[in-house]
Amino acid sequence: MNLLETINLKKYFGDTRAVDNVTLTVAEREFVSLVGPNGAGKTSLINVISALLPSDSGKILFKGDDITHATVTERVKAGIARSFQIVNLFDDLTAFDNVTLTIFSRQGKTADLLALAHLDHAVSAEADAVLRNFNLADKRNERARDLAQGERKLLDVALAYALKPKLLFLDEPTSGVSTRDKGQIMDTIASVVRGEGITAVIVEHDMDVVFKYSDRIVVMQQGAILAQGTPDEIRKNDQVAMVLLGSAGPDAFTRKD
Amino acid sequence: MQNNTASTGPSTRLIVACAIPILLVLLALPRFIDVYQTQLFTYGLIYAIAALGFNLLLGYTGLLSFGHSAYFGLGAYSAAFLVKYFGVGSIEIYILVGLVTTGLISGAFGYVCVRHTRIFFGILTLALSQVLWTLAYKFFWVTGGTDGLRVAFANLTLVGGLIEFKGRNAYQSFVQSYYYYVLFLFCVCTTLMWVIVHSPFGKALQAIRDNETRAQFLGIPIRRYRWIAFLLSGSFTGLAGILWVPLNGLVTPDILYWPFSGEIVFMTVLGGFRTFTGPIVGAVVFNYLKVYAVASTAYWQFMLGAVLVVLVLVLPTGIVGTLSRQFRRVRKRA
Amino acid sequence: MDILIIQILNSIFYACILFLIAAGLSLIYGVMRIVNLAHGSLYALGAYVTAWAIGTVAAGAPLWVLFLLLPLGAIVVAAVGALIEPTLLRPLYNRPEEYQLLITFALLLILEDVMHFLFGGVPLTAGAVIDSMGTMRVMNLQYPIYNLVVIVIGIMAAVFLWAVIYRTRFGVILRATSQNMRMASALGINVKWVYVQAFALGCFMAGLGGAVVVPAQAAVLGMGVEALILAFVVVVIGGLGSLEGALIGALIVSFVRTAGIQFFPEIELAVLYLIAALVLLIRPTGLFGRA
Repeated sequence: MNLLETINLKKYFGDTRAVDNVTLTVAEREFVSLVGPNGAGKTSLINVISALLPSDSGKILFKGDDITHATVTERVKAGIARSFQIVNLFDDLTAFDNVTLTIFSRQGKTADLLALAHLDHAVSAEADAVLRNFNLADKRNERARDLAQGERKLLDVALAYALKPKLLFLDEPTSGVSTRDKGQIMDTIASVVRGEGITAVIVEHDMDVVFKYSDRIVVMQQGAILAQGTPDEIRKNDQVAMVLLGSAGPDAFTRKD
Repeated sequence: MQNNTASTGPSTRLIVACAIPILLVLLALPRFIDVYQTQLFTYGLIYAIAALGFNLLLGYTGLLSFGHSAYFGLGAYSAAFLVKYFGVGSIEIYILVGLVTTGLISGAFGYVCVRHTRIFFGILTLALSQVLWTLAYKFFWVTGGTDGLRVAFANLTLVGGLIEFKGRNAYQSFVQSYYYYVLFLFCVCTTLMWVIVHSPFGKALQAIRDNETRAQFLGIPIRRYRWIAFLLSGSFTGLAGILWVPLNGLVTPDILYWPFSGEIVFMTVLGGFRTFTGPIVGAVVFNYLKVYAVASTAYWQFMLGAVLVVLVLVLPTGIVGTLSRQFRRVRKRA
Repeated sequence: MDILIIQILNSIFYACILFLIAAGLSLIYGVMRIVNLAHGSLYALGAYVTAWAIGTVAAGAPLWVLFLLLPLGAIVVAAVGALIEPTLLRPLYNRPEEYQLLITFALLLILEDVMHFLFGGVPLTAGAVIDSMGTMRVMNLQYPIYNLVVIVIGIMAAVFLWAVIYRTRFGVILRATSQNMRMASALGINVKWVYVQAFALGCFMAGLGGAVVVPAQAAVLGMGVEALILAFVVVVIGGLGSLEGALIGALIVSFVRTAGIQFFPEIELAVLYLIAALVLLIRPTGLFGRA
């Protein structure tokens, strides 16, 4: 069974077709990259699936259940987590607190008002492990707003990961990060995701990153899916090359530097 | 804004090390100061409980309520009603009934208010507190109107009737005993609030304050937690009102009038609303400030207003916030 | 029947006062996103200044002199506003809005005592104006002409404000700045100057409300604090930032108040606050406001 299925999903903003009849399936443990030019609808699609935006029509099935009308909280509890393109952290809490909070929420402990948070050693240990996985261990006691941009992006992803989701949406996890750090960040994310077999859908612009890590690439344009396939298939797809790069040909996707 | 809580959770040893000497000083205080000063300080502790409760909403949940006078007044009036209509003298009953009343009303008001944030939340809290004020003001045959209702200490009993205040030196013994009683409850409230803000729930509140969207995407039920915070906040402030009225001897609608809500905000910001101890310090200092201002000039509102202006422009993190920042700077240099 | 007409006229009279205060409050919020807790006190200041000028300084002067002095309150308050904005409000624009609320609350405290200091604790009246103007027959009863003049002033003020906001270049700049401050600034609009003017205009309206009410109702300490709450109810019902909302809201509040005092005096205020709470629940932006 597919983990996620969207069926004829639509989201229009007046005349703008942000999500235009999208039927997408994601199998378990797949690493899917969602690519396309700006305005193609990638973020809108994620926003609709994660309930940040309500859909106009169509269905969303998760693990076989219809979640089309489920709230954000319900979808999170069902096992969908996401990170954000514009970093969304709890700025006045430390990196450590950001993660422990996520774990508390996952474990349903946030209603405990008479237990001291820092005394829950299991949670603290897990939070430290997560921070280590994302190379943030030495920034543990710094407030989120004081971290560098790349670290903030990693923390954003770490929070989504700490929810131990079945399906992880990452919205441009390396955007706004210097090229030098991009590779490192993506390596970290990919190793964690792949290492634990988490199903991931990643919106990404950097094709090097996309080709390197994806099992499957889904190309969107103007709200609809233009093409999808393995990296090799997409590499050879001239139509995709035209849309993404403006020119086709056998070497279209090779870096020329 | 600087967050004063230590990063991994406050070191229990440090807390105890600081709290014990302060507690000892507070315990010994009545021996060194006269009855008037003891009474004054008791007022400070009572306002500290109110501010502590208020700050759960402001500092930790990010909601500025301009109607907290409602809960303070409710607590005070419920005690006064118990005296007037049921002849009750036991403070424990005042507390019990008062907490239930304040809990119910703050729960009801809170349910309505947390559907909104920011300015609409503030105006809503203000409007609702004014409803209570007009009821107290207009239904004078029930509430005593502007004359108010009396709560005489002569009929008051503490600890389930074990402690009474009759006979010679009744007033002196009342002030002293009442100070310890309030001090005890103040310690209980402070400890309770400290645990709450350092609990997973407290962290969740701060998350809601910092980033509502992300908190949602962590699976945190925003509205429900805001409501619980509102309920707790109102109850703490209500308890302060209950404790206030035997000391004041009288409750009038002034305590429900919206400028008093403003004073609660003032004292919290004075101490520093992004810290735990800020509201406590702010309440105590504000109490002295107001008493001094009222005693020294007929234009004490001007004085308080001027202090608030300076506070907002120059010392936005309040007394505790500014001190802790200085302390951290010194420590970094060392 | 006659009493009904009088009540209606009184309601409209009072609505004009409320409109002047609320329009100022709404304007300040609409342009600057500041909730001015001192707005009621500015209204009171306008009342006091006018009452002092008419009732004390120029007592006994002919009517036309008194009438000329009537707007003095509004002008003084506008000047005060122009002083306050750059000194107290501007430093806080980049800070969280809690601080703005606090400083306007501080301003309230300061103004209350400034009025106490300058004008004393005794109520000041400008009753000379209302007396000199006499009454006229409405149905079978006499009604003060002054009140009708105020109603006219209120209508003129509403029209004037509407014209300024929707028909002048200044109004366009005001609306642009209120909708998108950064964009306006990027287009070369001197936002600082716009803010001072908007604040002064809002204060002028409040002061005018006070100036105009004081012949009918004496200036007393604490009138500002009371008026502010009512002004809040008006803008909540009408919608924060909306001129039409301030007008309709003022009419609604005034009529409910008059009916309330007539039929259920104990809870008349409570009813108003409850209506405000209800509006906030069902339609937080009010009748005409935008989010």
